[in-house]
Amino acid sequence: MNPLLQSPDARPGAALRAAVRPELFLECVHCGLCTSACPTYTELGDENAGPRGRIYLMRMITEGALAPGSAARRHLELCLDCRACETACPSGVHYGQIIEPFRLAMEEEKHQGIAGWDWFRELVLFRLFPYAGRIRLAMTPVRIAQKLGLYDLAERIGFFKLLPGRLGQMATLVNPPVAQGPKLPSFLPAIGRRRARVAFFVGCVADAMFRHTHWATLRVLQQNGCDILIPDGQGCCGAIHYHAGSRAGARSAADANVAAFDLADIDAVIVNHAGCGAMLKEYGLHWRDEKQADRQRFAEKVRDVNEFLDQLGLIPPQGPIEVAATYHDACHLAHGQGVTSAPRRLLQSIPKLELRDLAETEICCGSAGTYNLNQPQMADRLIRRKLENIVRTGARIVVASNAGCLLQIGREVRRQRLPLAVVHPMDMLDLSYRGEQPELPKANGAP
Amino acid sequence: MARSSATDVIPQLQKLLGREGVLSDPADLVVYDCDGLTIEKRRPEAVVFPTTTEATAEVVRLCNRHEIPLVVRGAGTSLAGGCVPIGGGLVVSLTRMRRILEISLRDRMAVVESGVLNLQLARALAGTGFHFAPDPSSQTACTIGGNVATNAGGPHTLKYGVTVNHVLGIEAVLGDGTIVRLGPVFDRAALDLTGVIVGSEGTLAIVTKVWVRLTRDPQDYRTVRVVFESLDDASAAVSDIIAAGIVPAAMELMDRGILAAVDEAYHFGFPTDAEAIAVIELDGLKAGLDEQLTRVAAICQRHNAREVLQAATADERALLWKCRKMAVGAVGRISPSYIIQDGVVPRTRLPEIIRQITRISAKHGIRIVNVAHAGDGNVHPILLFDERDRDSVRRALAAGKELLEQCIACGGSITAEHGIGIEKIGLMETLFGKENLEVMGRLRDALNPAARLGLGKVLPSPDAPKILETVGTCQALP
Ligand SMILES: Cc1cc2nc3c(=O)[nH]c(=O)nc-3n(C[C@H](O)[C@H](O)[C@H](O)COP(=O)(O)OP(=O)(O)OC[C@H]3O[C@@H](n4cnc5c(N)ncnc54)[C@H](O)[C@@H]3O)c2cc1C
Ligand code: SF4
Ligand code: SF4
Repeated sequence: MNPLLQSPDARPGAALRAAVRPELFLECVHCGLCTSACPTYTELGDENAGPRGRIYLMRMITEGALAPGSAARRHLELCLDCRACETACPSGVHYGQIIEPFRLAMEEEKHQGIAGWDWFRELVLFRLFPYAGRIRLAMTPVRIAQKLGLYDLAERIGFFKLLPGRLGQMATLVNPPVAQGPKLPSFLPAIGRRRARVAFFVGCVADAMFRHTHWATLRVLQQNGCDILIPDGQGCCGAIHYHAGSRAGARSAADANVAAFDLADIDAVIVNHAGCGAMLKEYGLHWRDEKQADRQRFAEKVRDVNEFLDQLGLIPPQGPIEVAATYHDACHLAHGQGVTSAPRRLLQSIPKLELRDLAETEICCGSAGTYNLNQPQMADRLIRRKLENIVRTGARIVVASNAGCLLQIGREVRRQRLPLAVVHPMDMLDLSYRGEQPELPKANGAP
Repeated sequence: MARSSATDVIPQLQKLLGREGVLSDPADLVVYDCDGLTIEKRRPEAVVFPTTTEATAEVVRLCNRHEIPLVVRGAGTSLAGGCVPIGGGLVVSLTRMRRILEISLRDRMAVVESGVLNLQLARALAGTGFHFAPDPSSQTACTIGGNVATNAGGPHTLKYGVTVNHVLGIEAVLGDGTIVRLGPVFDRAALDLTGVIVGSEGTLAIVTKVWVRLTRDPQDYRTVRVVFESLDDASAAVSDIIAAGIVPAAMELMDRGILAAVDEAYHFGFPTDAEAIAVIELDGLKAGLDEQLTRVAAICQRHNAREVLQAATADERALLWKCRKMAVGAVGRISPSYIIQDGVVPRTRLPEIIRQITRISAKHGIRIVNVAHAGDGNVHPILLFDERDRDSVRRALAAGKELLEQCIACGGSITAEHGIGIEKIGLMETLFGKENLEVMGRLRDALNPAARLGLGKVLPSPDAPKILETVGTCQALP
């Protein structure tokens, strides 16, 4: 008899055992070829921290051969859900479809009842994050500190460490203020011959922190002959709820978005941040009910902006930007959506731009949604590893197509005072179309 | 044998390696049940992660004092159950010893810790004009230490030789805890003990550091895929190419069954009705390559090749190799479980063993798909079954055994590169005979007294559990 079955922290775990369709486990032949692609395995060298081990743990729990105790949970919580293992796996194991429902069930179980109440999850993740307006408001103190020049000081003397753990982590993530631009309109016309009619997905964190990138994206789309609709009634993609274990919250976010877009009227739903894009593209998978078909139809229309422009055929920008840049693959774009060459091709169309290869580009930067808030230690190890690789390229600009990566890399660049600009591919294209130059921080990292 | 349990020495281990260097919570050990071979499982009593040779030696000495067996684990891609602690005790994982210590192009040598990945070294060498020649299909994941321990081969070892030909020195901890440095980098005249330890699968020593030879990149390549009407034709062509005195860099086969899985994974676009595909690579000086290629193509055509297509670009070549190397890992697309055999026969007998594989498959009612390092006469029949169906497990094991017996009957052997591990231990006596095994046993006793290192692996012994007997008795296994 397996002693683990009687382990003291054994819980009923019925929901866990039912979370994953058992046939998904059978795809894994336990070859181990995925291990080296996994950021946490690469750091720790422990099977428990690798995809093969995690699949094995979940399979054992599902089959009732292992009690879902705290050790197993810890290993599963350390997973970034970056899906590098999916890209690496020759057998086509659907790792995301295994870990996500499993963790969802873990979270749901954990947060049942009063004892499971988590202020951060309830107040910050569910009440604050999904709303761009509220995030902007909440950022105000940090923004003021930044304006007064106190932020640097606060960060250096460790002021933010005084804030309760995950809040402190969040405060340090806030990027320095840039001219954000006005609220987005509901329609923007194509420039030149009209080649497509698209709708733009705005999101929450992305709108609060990267509205300037939204504007850049819209201008680039206009330059490429796109009429752009920006429908009202859309909101957060639901990823934050989903990954924090609120399936219902995520579903209402999804349904609001599905209702907001009139698919018959457009060629594609464009999204410019990989995390949201991956979530939108999976709307058809996450919930089984009468609206599933609608969500699936919506999901099929979603295109990452890089992917879309590359397929449409980019009208080459003319403004030279003579700088060495490097491109970091956001997990949710490379592994989640399989988009790797499109953004590189787009960047290479900028005259004079030198795009340098980044070692371990496929390894997560540690941002991974809200991972950097929940697993700060591992996230820190990974971002330092990422920065070492970036610095080694000698590039002055690092380009990434996802809000989380931009924040995570941006924070570490500030911490280490590196002369690096951290931008979105659309920021770069926009500059080139407009004949402008990027702002490069000076050697001591000052803006 | 009276011995302590590993749990008794956890505090000492933690003192040696730090808390984060020891796993002992039962729930943390589950994933160490098995490696790339899943039909045999055994849970270790603890797992340790030393980061230096000295710490490794301390662990070995401690285990010796308490009579605790240990088994070494690299990346755990062994297909022979080499990492399964079949004799109980401790798993020593070398995954945290993964620094490349030195690359010296002038001396054509690199010094690496054992846990360095084969791919990590390949990446570090990219662009230098040199490479480490052994390129097992698992190279993206496996460790150099694992390569040394199994004397790994790969597609390109046809021309360049297996791992042992590329090891210049090792640092290792013997079974009694002694640290040794062996090999021509240290002493050219000495007895070749490196050759003894390479391929010993962690039953003589724990290799902690390796001095590897670097090979100059060839000036140019010609890589072709040849579509055959049958596996028979393909193997005959391979046999003839070798007989004609041509030494390609690599000569690999895949049959129709495996091609389906591979194409689903990588969308190469192999013809769906191709019965077999050979991937042949010629390399070396640019001059003469095309002429060789013409000769190879002519031989293939004599054996009814339908088409001989050259990889047009570097990307296409890379994808072709990815398809071949990832083939085994793609089996999950066509079957829930598999055992891959690693038989080797003289190259002239290749067509014969291929026919035997087909016969055995029919006899036992077990579907078999094939990949092969054909140029080496190394066949990898992959037996497909369903682990949850005990009867199919038994039939697969029986078919596998018969297959290997056929290899021996053809004048070949039961492993070329994957090792004996615990999987093929039952066939050792058939292959080597009692006397030879006894000599090997004496050698092991000299370096690894009491056989505590890798207990129950490679060399049969009366108290080693036999694989067929444990199937079905192992609890809590997927
Ligand atoms: C899909 C797939 C394809 C493969 N293709 C090939 C191939 O083409 N050619 C080939 O040769 N093999 C192949 N293998 C088998 C395997 O990858 C090789 O044997 C590899 O060398 C093992 O390396 P590892 O780091 O995973 O070692 P592990 O699997 O961890 O260990 C293998 C054996 O070596 C011992 N060992 C490991 N490290 C040490 C050390 N430092 N000191 C002493 N003993 C040690 C272990 O105890 C075990 O017995 C393949 C495996 C898979 C899953
Ligand atoms: S997930 Fe894929 S690559 Fe990883 S062990 Fe399973 S089958 Fe192999
Ligand atoms: S999703 Fe990322 S972190 Fe999780 S197992 Fe896969 S590769 Fe590792």
